[in-house]
Amino acid sequence: MDRSALGALVLQSLVWAFLAIGGAPTLLPDIHRYVVEVHHWMTSPQFAELYALAQVAPGPNIMYVTLIGWQVAGWAGAAATTLPWLVPASTLTLLVGHLHARHPHAALGRAIRRGLTPLTIGLMLASGWTLMRAVDHAWGGYLLTLLAVVVVLRTPWNPLWLIAAGALVGMAGLV
Amino acid sequence: MSTTPLADAMPASHGPRVSALALFLTFSQITLSAFGGLQFWARRALVERQRWLTEQEFVDLLTLGQLLPGPNVLNLTVMVGYRFASWAGAAAAVAGLLGWPCLVVIALGVLHQHYGALPLVQQALTGMSAVAVGLLLASVIKMATVLPRQWRPWLFAGLAFVGVGVVRWPLLWVLGALAPWAIAAAWKGTD
Repeated sequence: MDRSALGALVLQSLVWAFLAIGGAPTLLPDIHRYVVEVHHWMTSPQFAELYALAQVAPGPNIMYVTLIGWQVAGWAGAAATTLPWLVPASTLTLLVGHLHARHPHAALGRAIRRGLTPLTIGLMLASGWTLMRAVDHAWGGYLLTLLAVVVVLRTPWNPLWLIAAGALVGMAGLV
Repeated sequence: MSTTPLADAMPASHGPRVSALALFLTFSQITLSAFGGLQFWARRALVERQRWLTEQEFVDLLTLGQLLPGPNVLNLTVMVGYRFASWAGAAAAVAGLLGWPCLVVIALGVLHQHYGALPLVQQALTGMSAVAVGLLLASVIKMATVLPRQWRPWLFAGLAFVGVGVVRWPLLWVLGALAPWAIAAAWKGTD
């Protein structure tokens, strides 16, 4: 990857970091659009595989962004997509923290959160939709997805076990 | 909902003095024990074990973290690190939180690059991906239960989904158009 493309990726990641109003998973459709549809750095199934792999790693849920960056341009790519996350967190933390200390507008904060919640939900649905179109091409895949939804909603089981079970079902040739 | 102003949690340097190294180690431990559900482990370490924060302070910082873009645990990490040991503390806490998972995820990437094309691995990855889709959709359903039964929030959710997921406009445009409108609507509705 040349330096101008890497620079563009850093800028784009900075934009993502500020747009991640509902956390990192809401960015999935836009990251997919950028790395798969616009730049063709990887295929859609590869994107979905990397996302799934990152769910196995410990830590915060932005790790899939790091893995996508790594796939695109190695360590430089991982740094390019990960480090920009710290900019809004640290600058806004101080700004908002100090402003709030003087003028605690609890009502405005509440309005922001209540206003953004529906958007977060819509974006999460878009993430699920994007990923589903990248993965589930056979009825077995749709069935497994549906089963995972039901199990998550009905049981307190750790999602990590579900992903392991998904790997076994896949190896058995059922999806 | 807390009654204290959010920012009471923020002012730096009151409470115990904590070194950057201690922040690094504690956040390393939080992140390495956190498979799905970082908040649970963060609360346990910061409130129960280290007693760096009270229950109320933890909730306040998390709420403030939710107002800012980005994962709220990352925001919380920056705020806690900064509060106890200024910028060095923030850097140490973030390095603890992100450093190890980065190494793990890149190791997974290396494995994927070497073995990802093997048929059996490919099948396993397809199964894992199908489950990952299910996990995402399940969290959408859980989150959607908090939406009030009024047409406007559902309209906003629907517009965000269609704009970003179906029409595939850039997120910046969609949020730039919808976010101010959604916040203004919620603001008018809150008196």
